[in-house]
Amino acid sequence: MIKKIFLLGNPNVGKSVVFSRLTGVQVISSNYPGTTVEISKGQLKIKDEIIEVIDLPGAYSLETSSKAEEVAVSLLRDCNKEETVVINIVDATNLERNLFLTLQLIEDGYSVIICLNMCDDTKHRGISIDDKKLEEILGVPVIPTCAVTGVGIKFLIERIQETKPAKRDKLTHEESWKEIGRIIESVQQLTHRHHTFRELLEDASVRPLSGFLMSVFVIYASFKIVRFLGEFLINKICDPVFFDFYQPLLMHLSRALGGDGFWHHLLIGDLINGAIDFKQSFGVLTTAPYIEFAMVLPYIVSFYLILSLLEDIGYLPRLAILLDNLLHRLGLHGFAIIPVLLGFGCNVPGILATRVLESKRERFIASTIISIGVPCVPLQAMIVGLLGKFGGWYVGGVYLVLFSLIIILGVVMNRTLKGYSPEFLLEIPPYRFPPITHLLKKLYFRVKGFIFEAVPIVLAGVFVINIMMSLRIFDLVTGIFAPIIKGLFGLPKEAVVALVIGFLRKDVAVGLLMPLGLTAKQLFIAATLLAISFPCIATFVIMLKELGFKYLIKATVIMITVTIVVGTILNFGILH
Amino acid sequence: MKKISLIKLKVKRKAKIAEILGGAALQNRMMSLGIYPGREITKQGHFVLRGPVMIKVGRAVIALGHNMAAKIILEVE
Repeated sequence: MIKKIFLLGNPNVGKSVVFSRLTGVQVISSNYPGTTVEISKGQLKIKDEIIEVIDLPGAYSLETSSKAEEVAVSLLRDCNKEETVVINIVDATNLERNLFLTLQLIEDGYSVIICLNMCDDTKHRGISIDDKKLEEILGVPVIPTCAVTGVGIKFLIERIQETKPAKRDKLTHEESWKEIGRIIESVQQLTHRHHTFRELLEDASVRPLSGFLMSVFVIYASFKIVRFLGEFLINKICDPVFFDFYQPLLMHLSRALGGDGFWHHLLIGDLINGAIDFKQSFGVLTTAPYIEFAMVLPYIVSFYLILSLLEDIGYLPRLAILLDNLLHRLGLHGFAIIPVLLGFGCNVPGILATRVLESKRERFIASTIISIGVPCVPLQAMIVGLLGKFGGWYVGGVYLVLFSLIIILGVVMNRTLKGYSPEFLLEIPPYRFPPITHLLKKLYFRVKGFIFEAVPIVLAGVFVINIMMSLRIFDLVTGIFAPIIKGLFGLPKEAVVALVIGFLRKDVAVGLLMPLGLTAKQLFIAATLLAISFPCIATFVIMLKELGFKYLIKATVIMITVTIVVGTILNFGILH
Repeated sequence: MKKISLIKLKVKRKAKIAEILGGAALQNRMMSLGIYPGREITKQGHFVLRGPVMIKVGRAVIALGHNMAAKIILEVE
């Protein structure tokens, strides 16, 4: 009787894609080792029986070296072997390396079924694998698949129930590799062929000079495309919809509500010169949806489109190699660039992704840097939307301050924290070009996540803020913090509310700054402080879960100190 | 026959691993990636300023930090 199916395999062999195929549960999959750091669960129905399917982070062996691997292996060890099937996903283009884990699983007495994935990729790499023979040698079912297109998944499901433990003697590591060598010799044939363009590109991207030039180009192009696409969506789709269709509708409602009063204030907000101003009215039905759908959502779409593309092609690990040197000075190694990049979308997945880093010290440094120096898309979109009109220098200035902070904080933490940071060790995947539908599905999944998670909070947030404003509840907090905000940062006392709301959501917080009529300098300081002060509550909770209470307090002390120092310097020092 | 570290090996050259210095933890991690004494590897790249070293092991390309690469000792003719 099978109760559980575990998906296990080396990093970056497509476990998450197989998982999505088996269960219909969408999870993020990319082309770099360590995309999955959490456990996903789903269900698979075989002949009226419902079996739990569990997707685990990748592992090279059953002896673990990172927190993500530890999670995978300990969960597997805890379950009853008789009720468990392990689907061992194996990268057919890299069979030899993958078989090490396979042998360990079989030797440990698990019921293993092998999913020989990426079979579509073997042909043009000149590899042919005799899967029947492999099945014979290993004594467990071997099913060739191509999970991104779905080929072979049906056969995989059909054979899940027939698998049972195969008898194999325990080998030492050295013997295992010798055995694998023999297996490879009899099942795999390589045909020589000329280097393809893709391979030339793969080589060029990891050479010092050409790699550096490529990375400059890729980063610049990504930035340009995100910007262009975001603005295009705002100007051509979102703004017209809001101004031509939605605004007249709301004006009717405004008139029906009498143009003033409690409900008007709550839903529509204040009329600016007798009309609704989406950026300033601040009502639940006006500014709240405008912020989310017309200012933030376009950039969510464009950012995640480009990020997903870079993830799927497999460029990110190459960027990691190039940045290894710089990141070493911050107490991290090259791979930390991936959590940082994810953090630019939303800090929460960024901090979760730090699990692939080996030591707690690294995870602490990376999480602190992300929560202070890496602004999420909603915040960036709002900063661009608000500061952009004063000129690109102000927007650039915010990024410059944040970038300097990352460097300074990293260097200081690296010098002062006990311990040392481990070395870089990362498998560099080949470039892959998965079908465009895969990319769009991932984009849809991420955009949907944003809409379902962020929009309700923003609407409810604006609702509550408006009620608290009309009940004058903020006056107390404003009174306490106004001297600091005014004296040190040069901001009006109303900005206190924005900084407090920044704890809830950054985009709403910047939204609160919009009606205040701040000068360019004040807006620049307020936006920068919103980025570096407390992260939003969701990030806070994730930091507590990942780092524990003690480290969270440490990080919080750093945040408060940095906020006060930077705010004061910007106010009195650099800008006039 | 002489022994040199992976750092000293020239790019695009092949060599056999003689030993891996360092603790058992490192040796085990390397082992599970297929990097172990007796194995033949090809050096693919080396970044300046003590940057990472890229090697090809079987069909996989693996990037190692500079200090880690220094611990891999190779046999060359």
